[in-house]
Amino acid sequence: MIRVDDISWSPPGKGAKPVLDGVTFEVPRATYAVLMGKTGSGKTTLLEILCGLRPPSTGRIIIDDRDVTSATPGARGLGYVPQDGALFPTLTVREQIGFGLRMRRVPPDRIAATVHDAAERVGVSHLLDRLPPGLSGGERQRVALARALAVQPSVLLLDEPLASVDEETQTGLMELLQQTQRQHRITVLHVTHSRREATGLGDLHLRLEHGRIVAHPIDA
Amino acid sequence: MSPARRFSPFWTVLGLVTAAYLGFWLAMLVATATYTSADGVAKVLLSREILYATALSLVTCTASALLSALVAVPVAYLMSRRRFPGHAFIDAALDIPIVLPPMVVGICLLIFFQTRAGGLIEQAIPLTYTVGGVIVAQFVIAAAFAIRTMRNVFDHLSPRPEQVALTLGASPGRAFWHVTLPAARSGVFAAASVAWARSLGEFGPVLVFAGATRMKTEVLPTSVWLAWSVGELEQGVAVSLLMIVISMIVLAAVKATGERV
Repeated sequence: MIRVDDISWSPPGKGAKPVLDGVTFEVPRATYAVLMGKTGSGKTTLLEILCGLRPPSTGRIIIDDRDVTSATPGARGLGYVPQDGALFPTLTVREQIGFGLRMRRVPPDRIAATVHDAAERVGVSHLLDRLPPGLSGGERQRVALARALAVQPSVLLLDEPLASVDEETQTGLMELLQQTQRQHRITVLHVTHSRREATGLGDLHLRLEHGRIVAHPIDA
Repeated sequence: MSPARRFSPFWTVLGLVTAAYLGFWLAMLVATATYTSADGVAKVLLSREILYATALSLVTCTASALLSALVAVPVAYLMSRRRFPGHAFIDAALDIPIVLPPMVVGICLLIFFQTRAGGLIEQAIPLTYTVGGVIVAQFVIAAAFAIRTMRNVFDHLSPRPEQVALTLGASPGRAFWHVTLPAARSGVFAAASVAWARSLGEFGPVLVFAGATRMKTEVLPTSVWLAWSVGELEQGVAVSLLMIVISMIVLAAVKATGERV
């Protein structure tokens, strides 16, 4: 479950207009929520605040009944997939997927087993020894998803994950996202500009406008 | 005809300016290279004093380049990734060694090591008029160039991967160590190479702070100056040619690695 309670954020500088101005919404447990909004409306800023990468000016963030507003990004129990995947440039796919477990000092044999499972789940088992420059856009997103899932997050935050892939790849990735969410009963917040993604994936539709969640209509 | 092939007075003028500038440099290098005979150059470069100065230059430049890289990486990363009160002021202050006349840097060093704080350092590690002083004199300026290079490298690296690393449980230090630094490794090499090249040519601060004692604190630029000051033109030219060759090698290394960042 994600509960965003009166979150505001303004860029540094006196008199700067707030990007987020009292954002409040709730995504129930195991729900696939889609957040839409114009470019510059603050969607990515909101995800960064949820991740703990940017402190909010005001407000609270509750994840699975726990107030994580002041928690470090790694202690929030969430997975984050940015727009281009943001793969680690010098690590192989195997190392990318196992990274979170390694940071949590999980024993190597358990890391290897989890990496194997996560890679199989997203269909990148044949890419384990490749480096990011050798991957296509769709493969990169699958690896980024496996990397986020490997630490078994209860919440998955996706920032336009399908924006940089072709339509055919998008369809495959949409199926994968839906399947993953249902299988693992993860709470997902998926930021997108695409109505196709919103209608195809979202159980709950949110829209960010003028720094607030204004409505839920997909046809707005 | 494609636009690139069409005659354009504008691009032709720009091409001529570039050719004239490079031609001028080439002419200077050719003139220097042909000023003296190969035998004469070899004789000078194999003399005991110049062999010592060459070895000292290689050692001190390597030490100052390593020190510069060690300082440049954390400073540049901080300046690239964080915004804090006084950021713009500190950013400008980091460039001071680049704009200060080198001789002034040497004088500042000499005066600092006469103070109480400097004296305490001197008691632990004697620096004034020593080989250590040569390294410090090279380092204070070379580090500024290394910081500028590393700053560019980090500015061009997206912070997203390290942010993802944080969400996966890495501390800021581990995210830097495992994700950012490996991605910046060719940039670190480029920064160290720039610092090395800069140290090789450093003269003013070395002369003032470490002196120009033969077989003690004499580095290659000092050799050129010592030769010139007593009218030994051929010796000065030979050492200059050696420095040109070394600089070309460093430049090639930077181009081959640093530009991939």
